[in-house]
Order: sequence, then C-alpha cells, then structure tokens
Amino acid sequence: MNNHSSPTGSPAVEAHGLVKEFADMRAVDGVDLTVQRGEVFGVLGPNGAGKTTMLKMLATLLPIDAGEARIFGTDVREHPHVVRQLLGVTGQYASVDENLTASENLMLFGRLQGLPRARARTTGLELLDQFGLMEAADKPISQFSGGMRRRLDLAASLITRPPLIFLDEPTTGLDPRTRGEMWTTIRELVRDGCTVLLTTQYLDEADQLADRIAVIDRGVKVAEGTSDELKSSVGRSTLQLQLVSSDDMPAAARVAESVLGEQPVLTPEARRMNIALQRSDQAVDVLIALREQHLAIESMTVQKPSLDEVFLALTGHDTSEPDHPSDDPQDDVADPHNLETVR
Amino acid sequence: MTTISRSPDVTADPAAGLPTHVSLADTFSQTMTMAWRATLKMRRNFEQFFDVTIQPLLFTAMFAYIFGGAVSGDVSKYLPILIPGLIAQTVLTACVATGVQLREDMDKGVFDRFRVLPISRIAPLAGPMVADMLRYAIAATLTFATGIAMGYRPGGGFFGVFCAIILAIITGWSLAWVFTWFGTVGKSAQVVQGYSLMVMFPLTFLSNAFVPASTLPDWLQTFVKFNPVSHVVSAVRSLANQGQFTGEVGWALLGCGIVIAIFAPLAVRSFSRKI
Ligand SMILES: Nc1ncnc2c1ncn2[C@@H]1O[C@H](COP(=O)(O)OP(=O)(O)O)[C@@H](O)[C@H]1O
Repeated sequence: MNNHSSPTGSPAVEAHGLVKEFADMRAVDGVDLTVQRGEVFGVLGPNGAGKTTMLKMLATLLPIDAGEARIFGTDVREHPHVVRQLLGVTGQYASVDENLTASENLMLFGRLQGLPRARARTTGLELLDQFGLMEAADKPISQFSGGMRRRLDLAASLITRPPLIFLDEPTTGLDPRTRGEMWTTIRELVRDGCTVLLTTQYLDEADQLADRIAVIDRGVKVAEGTSDELKSSVGRSTLQLQLVSSDDMPAAARVAESVLGEQPVLTPEARRMNIALQRSDQAVDVLIALREQHLAIESMTVQKPSLDEVFLALTGHDTSEPDHPSDDPQDDVADPHNLETVR
Repeated sequence: MTTISRSPDVTADPAAGLPTHVSLADTFSQTMTMAWRATLKMRRNFEQFFDVTIQPLLFTAMFAYIFGGAVSGDVSKYLPILIPGLIAQTVLTACVATGVQLREDMDKGVFDRFRVLPISRIAPLAGPMVADMLRYAIAATLTFATGIAMGYRPGGGFFGVFCAIILAIITGWSLAWVFTWFGTVGKSAQVVQGYSLMVMFPLTFLSNAFVPASTLPDWLQTFVKFNPVSHVVSAVRSLANQGQFTGEVGWALLGCGIVIAIFAPLAVRSFSRKI
C-alpha cells in the first residue's frame, strides 16, 4: 500500500505550523502536514475540527495566518496562481453551477482553464462517460440526486487532469450505496496517478481509502500514521476462532491459555472463542498448538481494534456524529485487515 | 487525450514552468466565457428581463403624462427632455440588478470553485457585466421606442439615437462597477439592494434627468452640475435630439472612466479577499 514512501522531488503537500484564527477561536492551531506524491492522505476529525479551514488555506481560498505551505514545492502564499493550476478542489463549497446542465458546466470549467472549445467538449464527454452521467448530460443540475451531484463536482475538478485533488468530505450525507460508488471512483483516481488529500469524519472512510491518516481534533493534529499504525498504537488485536465441534471448546481454551497465559472469552453456543493478543503474530503460535492437539478449526479472523476505539483513545471523546452510517454493508466485506480463512 | 491515464510520475516537477500570472488575452477570453455563462442563466431566468422591459414602457408613459404639463406645457414638448433622462434611470436600475445578482451568485458554491481556478480575479465579476450590456441595450432601445410611439421625434435621426444607445450601454457598464463593488461587500442580496437604491435614487432624481436644472434651488444646482448622471443625460440629449457630439459626451465618458478606475479595483480586491 505504501509504495511511495521515498519519492524524489518535493512532496505534493508540505505544510508547517499552519494557523488560522477566527474572531473568537483558533480553527487551525499549528498543523504540520506532508503528503507524498501518489498517496491518498486522509485528514480525519469530527465536525468542527478545522479540516475544511485547513484545506481552504492550502487551496488559496483562505489567507494563511501563520506557518507556511507548499504544493509541489510552490509556496501557496507567494504563487497562488501556480498552486491553482496544480489543484482540483471538490467540497460542499466548491461545487458546480446550478443554472447550467452537466455538459454546460464541464464546458464552462474547461473553457475557463484555457481548453479550446472542441477539446473542452470531448474532455467533458469523456468525464461524463467515466462518471456514469452520460444520460444526465443535458439535464439541469436541480434534477440530480446527491450522488450524481458529487460525481459531477468531482468531474468538474478533473477537467484539466490536475496532479493533486482535494476532496472535502466527499461522501458526507450520501447513502451507503452511493458512498461505496464514490469510494470506487476515488480509488480509480489514485490508480491513474493522482495524489489525493481528503478530509472525512468517517473513520471507516479513512480506513478504506487512505494510505496515511492524520487525526485532527480542535485544530490540532493528535496523531498520524497508517491506519494499521494508528490501530496498533492503541488497542490490542483479537484472534477469533470458530471450532468445528463444541466438544473441543474446553480443550481449545486450555491450549490457548497455556500458549498466551491468558484466558480466552468463550461463546459455546456459537463454538466461538476470542483470544486477546499482544502481537498479531502470536495468533500463529495458538494455531500451531491447536493443530498439534488435533482440534479442528472452522474459521479464524485476526481483528484489529476499530478506528472508533483509536479515536476515543486519542482525543478522549468519540466522534459524536449522529449521522454516521455505520450500518454500511461494505464495512466488513472490503476490510483488508480481516484475514479470513475457511476450514 | 483519450482516457484519464497518467502514470504516477514522482520525479518530474509539475510546478515547473507554470505561469505565475494570468495574461491579458486569457483574462479577456475568461471574461467572455463568464459572459456566456451569464447569458445561459438569463435564458433560464426570464424574469431577469422584467426591469428592462416593463419599466421603460410603464415609466415613459407615466412620467410623460404626470410631469409633461407641469414641466414643459405639454407632453410632446416634454418627451425630448424626458426620454434621455429615463434612459439614464432605467439603465441605472438595471445596474443595481447587476450588483444584486452578483451577490446572490456569490453565495452559491460555484463561486468558490471560480476562486480556486487559475483564472483572472476580474473575470467572474466582469463576465456577468458584459452579458448585462444586453439588458442595458434593451432598456435604452425600448425607452426610445416607447417615446417614439408617444410622438417623440428625435432630431438626431437614426444615427443620433444609435450613438445615444451606445453611450447608455457604456454608462451602464461603467456605473455597474459601483454596484458590483456593493455586491462584493454587502452581507446579503437585500443589503446590497438597499445600499444600491440609496445611491441610485439621489443620483437620478438630483440630476437634470426629469426637470431642467435651472428650476432648482442654487445649492441643488451645484450638486446637479457635478452629478455624472447629469452629464450622461445631457450627452444623450445632444446626441438624440441634435445628433451632436458635444463636450457633454466627453464629460460623460470621462465620468465613466473615473468610476471604473475607482470601483473596478475596489471590487476585485474585495472579491479576492472574500471568504
Ligand atoms: N468563516 C468563519 N468564521 C468564523 N469561524 C469559522 C469560520 N469558518 C469556520 N469557522 C469555525 O472554525 C471551526 C473549524 O471549522 P471547519 O474547518 O469547518 O471544521 P471541519 O471542516 O473539521 O468540520 C469551527 O468551529 C467553525 O465554527
């Protein structure tokens, strides 16, 4: 995942001590940020943490009060015009023109950025096709669903193929299915070589999309790392085992205890046991011991702590987001950290 | 360019060689693109044309019959005074709408996207103003047409009237910068409207637009003399009624130039700063 750890050339985003003060508060309070080329960097934090404010400063939409920021080595304050040529920004604020149709919007943004009429037209059509909006090309935006709007917003920022994309809460307010589609689109962007800086208040979204994550709370960066690093900095992993026969449960529990010195949690009705691990590789020791005793296993999973637990541990409060769509069916299916084997 | 396919190039510097400023040619083409956008909007919101269609018809008839007898003795003698005055007034009203609509537009998300695009800061402001020249043209032409239907026979002939309309459009575009600036500083469309009317009414009524300046008290005459709208009205009169390019045309154009020189930079500055 982290195959861009040692790029040459300046990072896509490099910020030191970013500060933004509003009348009564410091919305961003000395944040350092480095985003390498080709990676998806997630800025995670609850509503009001300062994510949007930080992104707007990097995007030349808000003056930087203190600190410095560079995009591909170019100073944001000194050369905003150069920075704007390197950036595509999509957020609830930077949207499309509601009075125009989808294809007129893409024509507008293409022409504004210097594409000749014919090129703007073909590029617009390609993007509409790529984003599944071909049928809605000539419909007014007012008839678009939330998901279609977001896709068009994103298409509009891609018309000049900028090397860096800012996505501010790309799926906030979308239903789970549309969120999944948006995630797929974002993954495709990265595959095409874009660098993506995205903000989100959804832990699973950062987990799903981002190579590295910075956790922001009340304008301050409280942690940074890969999703795995953040998780292992906090909790311990759990080995979940399901046995073939419930008769083996007591014997298996004794084996696990003898290997790890700790009693597993048993759920006999489900022939299931949860074993807490200090390190993930201890799972192997348990499995070998069980095999030696000829205790058959139906399935096994190593579970890392959820990012929700991480967040709670880092900030002392939970994300307190009432509309968090935690019932997303994608959660379990696509989580790369659940290694599951059957029999 | 066929598909989005760019191999992750981590060595090349994407910032290298990019221009640090927008060229004049690009500024012009971006402004015209913004004007194109504004005309698309106009076609879809037809009520944007009410103030430049209904008002000329209504005001011309109303003012002529109400003030005609009092000011000039009869309606047909008043029309050569009134029509140029009304043109100035309707064009100014249309300018107010330019500023108010900009404010409404700026509250929408698309303006934030304009701000992050590598485009001239003046294009999002100047574009709609270019498109609005169409509205000023309609307002001026309709006012003339209504006057002619009521018996007005402009002595300047077709050419004089044509030049008068062009001057009205130039005036509209210049004065629109004042209201565009209001649009960028006002907190809401209502506030902008309020400010604009507060400026628009004294400018039009404390001028020679509807009555000869000589009928006014001395202190007011001084204001009327320096009011740029008076010069525009006088210039339109000389063009339409005599077909003459008098010094008033020069004064009117100079006034327009000064207004642009002051308010265009103010508007662009406050637009670039606005969050
Ligand atoms: N223009 C502004 N004026 C005053 N306060 C603001 C402004 N914009 C944002 N804030 C405040 O700054 C804080 C951070 O906001 P924001 O960056 O939008 O957070 P997030 O994107 O993480 O939800 C919030 O408390 C918000 O109320």
